[in-house]
Amino acid sequence: MAEHIVPIRIYSIIFAALLALTAATCAISFLNLGRMNAVVALVIAFVKALLVALFFMHLRYSPRLMQIVIIAGLFWLGIMIALTMTDFLTRGWLTYR
Amino acid sequence: MAAIQTAEYSAQAHQFDSLEQQTDAATLGMWVFLVTEVMFFGGLFTSYIVYRSLHSFAFAEVSRQLDIVLGTTNTVILIWSSFTMAIAVYCAQTGMRRLNIAFLVLTILLGLAFIGIKFYEYYQKFVEHLVPGPSFSFSAPFTKEAEMFFTLYFAMTGLHAVHMIVGVGLLSWLIIFAARGRFTPVYHSPVELIGLYWHFVDIIWIFLYPLLYLVGRHLE
Repeated sequence: MAEHIVPIRIYSIIFAALLALTAATCAISFLNLGRMNAVVALVIAFVKALLVALFFMHLRYSPRLMQIVIIAGLFWLGIMIALTMTDFLTRGWLTYR
Repeated sequence: MAAIQTAEYSAQAHQFDSLEQQTDAATLGMWVFLVTEVMFFGGLFTSYIVYRSLHSFAFAEVSRQLDIVLGTTNTVILIWSSFTMAIAVYCAQTGMRRLNIAFLVLTILLGLAFIGIKFYEYYQKFVEHLVPGPSFSFSAPFTKEAEMFFTLYFAMTGLHAVHMIVGVGLLSWLIIFAARGRFTPVYHSPVELIGLYWHFVDIIWIFLYPLLYLVGRHLE
């Protein structure tokens, strides 16, 4: 694969987007949205992480193999969190007699 | 690392068919390492999720002890340093050696500013008796939950700070090698790979910031 050089203009746009999202997440956290506070904060964090990975880390231009490795890694992280939480969130369901 | 020289033919190790294949292999190796790092931090994130789900109101209440101004400043500094790192990689790719070094230095300075602010925050928490241990004190009813929150806070930001310090070391090494003219538009894998590491550490902070600093702001 020939090396892909990302132009400075794209880096600048991503940088501006990351700063805007940081300001947004900080401002929104002061509003009382109930359970949505955590959801909004995490969605913004995921978008920021995705922008960093795709453009700063060149993932968008990387070979398919690398993208699969990362998705597999995140999948395993998902398994760890999901299986742990199926335990903790369901403990109260049990009744012992 | 003896094979690293400025000319294309000597930068390539003999087991690779081409420099391109070598670069791809090195980049893939770095990504595999970063995936292990995801799992390393993932353990801490999982324990955070467990305790936050068990004590969500207490965590929101206690998290307001953190200084949001310093936390947000550090977030901006770290994103800025990722930007300068990306530019440094661009300069290495296009063979602008002086600018490459300049942006690496700028990245280090921003990294050091982050670490400095982080340690000032640690100092504040120490003074306020918010470091878990015998002298920990927090008003009832959330004393135990507060100690749990701050244990996670110090473990997560501490591990992140260690990664920052390692990153500053790696960048210093890059600057020395860049100053010796070891990187060319053809061979600059170390700049790219350490860049990946630096961006990864940035991503970890992107998640730590809302999880630790922004949890309970709406309660005021």
